[in-house]
Amino acid sequence: MEKIITVKNLVKKFGSFTANDNLTFDVFKGEIFGFLGANGAGKTTTIRILCGLSSPTSGELKVAGFDIYKETEKIKQNIGYMSQKFSLYEDLTVSENIQLYAGIYGISVKKRKEKEAELLKKLDLENAKNKLIGGLPLGWKQKLAFSIAIFHEPKIVFLDEPTGGVDPVTRRKFWDLIYEAANNGITVFVTTHYMDEAEYCDRVSIMDAGKIEALDTPAKLKEIYNAKNIDEVFLKIAR
Amino acid sequence: MTQLLSFIKKEFYHISRDPRTMLILFGIPIAQLLIFGTVIKSEINDIHIAIYDQSKDETTQQITNKLLSSGYFILDENLKSLDEIDAIFKRGKVREVIVFENDFGKKLIIEGTAEMQLIVDASDPNTARLATSYTKGIVNDYIQKLYPNVKMPMQIKPEVRMYYNEEMKSAYMFVPGTMALILMLISTMMTSIAITREKELGTMEILLVSPLKPVHIIVGKVIPYFLLSIVNAFVIIIIGKVVFGVPITGSFILLMLETILFILMALCLGILISTAAKNQMVAMFISMIGLLLPTIMISGFMFPIENMPEVLQWFSHIMPARWYITIIRGIMLKGIGITFIWKETLILLGMTLFFIALSVKKFKIRLE
Repeated sequence: MEKIITVKNLVKKFGSFTANDNLTFDVFKGEIFGFLGANGAGKTTTIRILCGLSSPTSGELKVAGFDIYKETEKIKQNIGYMSQKFSLYEDLTVSENIQLYAGIYGISVKKRKEKEAELLKKLDLENAKNKLIGGLPLGWKQKLAFSIAIFHEPKIVFLDEPTGGVDPVTRRKFWDLIYEAANNGITVFVTTHYMDEAEYCDRVSIMDAGKIEALDTPAKLKEIYNAKNIDEVFLKIAR
Repeated sequence: MTQLLSFIKKEFYHISRDPRTMLILFGIPIAQLLIFGTVIKSEINDIHIAIYDQSKDETTQQITNKLLSSGYFILDENLKSLDEIDAIFKRGKVREVIVFENDFGKKLIIEGTAEMQLIVDASDPNTARLATSYTKGIVNDYIQKLYPNVKMPMQIKPEVRMYYNEEMKSAYMFVPGTMALILMLISTMMTSIAITREKELGTMEILLVSPLKPVHIIVGKVIPYFLLSIVNAFVIIIIGKVVFGVPITGSFILLMLETILFILMALCLGILISTAAKNQMVAMFISMIGLLLPTIMISGFMFPIENMPEVLQWFSHIMPARWYITIIRGIMLKGIGITFIWKETLILLGMTLFFIALSVKKFKIRLE
């Protein structure tokens, strides 16, 4: 399988605190890679480094085949990112948000219009096209934020706790979108602390105190740790 | 380029959709101009005066009548001794005391000169200055009418004494000061808030992950406020001219160029603040307390720098507004050209470069 992210001996220190302690892992093309851990385990730090928002203290990293130190601009063209806060502009309409991101990623007006119509239809947001984001329900914002993050058809999309604060039904629907993106060949790198979501991933890594303690398919992990579900696996590791 | 354009378009959406921003951008400048314009009056009405007439002759009576019939003055009291002056000022109502010397009329005719003393309460320097010049005007007018053929051999010498503020150097012209203040407010505060808002909402991360370069983000943030600030400067100058009759004696182009320089300086300062401030509150606080107050207090806008304690005078040197106010007062009121203000211009330019260099450096660090 083709590796799309390679991380070798990643270390990130904030002063004397080590947020990422010698991480080594690979992510394969087209998979849904779950990045699990308790709050403060260092998930967000890793995802920020991979996105170029933060630079590592040391380590060898490649994202989408590009070196993280030297080829940041090329990486940026090939990734999408959705943060915990969804990060849409509340005082812009649905359509204006799409226009903005399309503009930033240099998508032509013609293509943007086609894709926008398609997207609004898929998300059932045609009537809300000219409504301000601020007035939309959380679940809608979240789906829209994800769709915008992959609007420019990146090779990889990074999702940093994308499902925080929404109900299980909405979460399930959101995961349908993630599957769809994966089916279209987009690699999904997702952090979460909902253990049920881990079951939806192709492979999961479990972090604790800055280290990766386990990395495998959900089925394999359950087998190794002799657990009924990932929740149990996680509790065994974190303890 | 399309990247930048879509970013700038978004900025304009933000500005036009936030009522508070709109209020700050267009409400405050006009309100401030009108407030300063009407509070700092250039004419007086119904100034309460007291007269100590030691002569009580025909001439003093005529002068008194002329003063009172002018409509500018209201006679509150006739004093009986000089000792009463201090008490009457302390009561606060009377602003000016006119003292005629003994045998005023006789001296005027025989010696050709007589003395009257104008004592004013200069705790309000503006009113005090206006009151004395009005009084002097009326008295001179009276003499010229009384002896039209004589070319002032006979003189009444009004001797002016400013109580409480002997210096009286503050010819404060509110329009230049207001311009400095408004441009500072819009350029610095609004830019710093606009950038910190993105940090606070988490949208900054999305922008930084995108192919937009930091310089695009900065330029995209700055351009809308740059344009709006120029519009504002224009509006202020026009209102100043039309409503309050503040002249532009010098070159209008030079005035606008200097204004653009000042705006650039303020914008860079705004970016610098945004790199230091974590959220909008902090940015607002730094701009308000750290910049606007000193701009009002020690830039020479409200109070003359000459009257300040030495420490504050030194401190005023690092206030960009100080130099800008000197420049535009020079251009607007005295009509001077670049040869007289190149030093101030260079200082502003230096400040601009300093802030750019510092904020570029800090913006990079922030990206870490």
